[in-house]
Amino acid sequence: MTARPLFQRSPMPGFGLSMGVTLTMLSLVVLLPIGALLMKGAAFGPAGIWDTVNRPRVWAALFLSFRLSLFAALFNLVFGTLLAWVLVRYRFPGRRLLDAAVDLPFALPTAVAGIALTALYAPNGAFGSLAKEIGWKIAYSQWGIFLALVFVGLPFVTRTVQPVVEEIDREVEEASATLGAGRLTTITRIILPMLAPAALTGFALALARAVGEYGSVIFIAGNIPLVTEIAPLLIVIQLEEFNYDAAAAIGIAMLLISFAMLLVINLIQIWSRRRIGHV
Amino acid sequence: MSDTAPFPIRPARFRNPTEETPLVRRLAILAAVLGLALLVFAPLLVVFAEALAKGWLAAVTSLASRDALSAIKLTLLIAAISVPLNAAFGIAAAWAITKFDFRGKAFLITLIDLPFSVSPVVAGLCIVLMFGTNSLLGGWLVAQGFPVVFALPGIVLATMFVTFPFVARELIPVMIEQGRAEEEAALTLGASGWRVFRTVTLPNIRWALLYGVLLCNARAMGEFGAVAVVSGKIRGQTATMPITIEMLYNEYLSVAAFSMAALLTCLALITLLLKTALERRHADQLSAAHRH
Repeated sequence: MTARPLFQRSPMPGFGLSMGVTLTMLSLVVLLPIGALLMKGAAFGPAGIWDTVNRPRVWAALFLSFRLSLFAALFNLVFGTLLAWVLVRYRFPGRRLLDAAVDLPFALPTAVAGIALTALYAPNGAFGSLAKEIGWKIAYSQWGIFLALVFVGLPFVTRTVQPVVEEIDREVEEASATLGAGRLTTITRIILPMLAPAALTGFALALARAVGEYGSVIFIAGNIPLVTEIAPLLIVIQLEEFNYDAAAAIGIAMLLISFAMLLVINLIQIWSRRRIGHV
Repeated sequence: MSDTAPFPIRPARFRNPTEETPLVRRLAILAAVLGLALLVFAPLLVVFAEALAKGWLAAVTSLASRDALSAIKLTLLIAAISVPLNAAFGIAAAWAITKFDFRGKAFLITLIDLPFSVSPVVAGLCIVLMFGTNSLLGGWLVAQGFPVVFALPGIVLATMFVTFPFVARELIPVMIEQGRAEEEAALTLGASGWRVFRTVTLPNIRWALLYGVLLCNARAMGEFGAVAVVSGKIRGQTATMPITIEMLYNEYLSVAAFSMAALLTCLALITLLLKTALERRHADQLSAAHRH
C-alpha cells in the first residue's frame, strides 16, 4: 500500500492562488497572533503561568466562568431541544416570528444585549423589581451572568437540533406506538437518542461561546472580585495595567481549559454516535 | 346482524399515537413563548423604550453629536474593510477545499474554525501581544509611523479574527454538495479558470455567499470584546459604536447609550429579516442546516 499523495493532480485551475490566499490570510489573522500568545506563554514559562493562575482571584474567576457557562449550556440543551421540537412539530399563531427570534442573539451586538438585559433585570428594572419583591436579585449577581450566558447561547442547540427533528421518520414513531409504547416511552427511548448527537454539538458550541463571552456579561455582572468577576474581564483588567505576562497566562489557561472541555465533549459525541449506530 | 358495525371504527376521542396530548402541547408552546419573551422580545422592546424615554428629540440629538457620528463612521469603515476581505478569504478557502484533494484538509478546516472556540478577549490579547508597542514587530511598526494597536489596523484585525470562519463555513458545505461536474464541463469546453468561476461557480453560490456575508457583517459591526482590548477606547478616534455604548452607559448617559444601541438593534433586525427571506426563498442553495 502506498501512502496517499500529498496532493492529487487535478485539471481544476486556481489551486495555487486559492490555497495561497487561504494560508496567507489564515496565518496573518489567526495563526500568527495565537502563536504570539503561545510564545509569550513559553517565554514566561510554566512556573510563571502557574504562579499567576494560582491566586484566589484568578481561580475564582476561572471557576465562575466555566461553572456558569456549563449551567447555561445545560439549560440551553434542554430549552433549545424543546424549542426545536415546538417549532418543527406544532402549528400555532406566531410560530414563524418565534422561529426568526431564535436567531436574534446571533445578530444583536453583545454590548446591546448586555445593557438591555441589565435594564430589565436590575433591581429597578421591569422584571428585576418583581424579582426583588420575592427577595431574588438577578442583575449584579451570578444569576445575571447566567441569564446573559443563556441569551448568547440560545440559538446553538435549537439550530443544530431543528434539521434533525425535521428528518425524523414518522414511521419510526408509528412502529414504536404499534408495539405498545406510550408517547413518553417513544420520546425518551426513540426520539431523544436520535437527537442526542446534534444536541451535543449545539451544547458544545453554546459552551464554547459562553466561556469566552465578555460584552453581554460585564454590564449585568456587577464585577465584584471573587464573586461576580469572569475570567475574560480579568484579562482586560491585567491589560489595562499593562501587565502583559499575567494577561497572557490567564489567556493560555482559558484556552487550555476550553480545549480540554471540547475534547471531552467530542469524545462523548463519538461514543454516543457509536452506541446509537448513527453516523 | 345489522349493516352497521357493532363498534364505531374510531373511538369517540381518537388521539394520534404519534402526537403528544393537547395539554402537553400547550405547556410546551407556553414554555417556548415565555422563554423567548423573557430572553429575546423583552430586551428588544426595552432598548427602544429606554432610547425614547425622553422623547425622539433627545434620542436623535444624542446620535447627532460629534463623537456619536465619528463612532458610526468608524464602525461602517471597519465593516467595509473587514467584511470584503473575509468574503474573499472565504471564497478562496472554499475553492481550495472543495475543488481539490490534498492531505490535511480536515486539519485546515479545524484551523479555519479555530476563532469560534477562542474568546474574543483572548483574540484581542493575541493581537496586542503580536503588534503591541513592546513586541518586536509592533515596536518596529510604530517606529515606521504605522501603529496597529490602539489604531484602525488593530481594530480591523480583531474584527477579522472573530468573523474569520463565517463565509468559509457557509460556502464549504454548499460547494461540496454541488460537486465539481459543472466546473469540469466548463473547462472541457475551453473556458478559462476565471470564466468558470464567474459564470459557473459564482451563480451557484451567490445566495450562500450573501448569507455568510450578512452574518459576518452583523458580527463585525457589533463586535465588542476583541475590539475593546485593541482599540484603546479613544473618543472620536478608536471608539466604535459598541465601545461608545459602553462609555456612555458607564457615564450614566442612558438615553445616549440606548439610542446608539437602538441603531445597532435596527441593524440586527434588518439582518434577521434578510436572513429569514433568504432561508425562505433560496433554501435549496443554502447549506442544509439553514433549511427549515
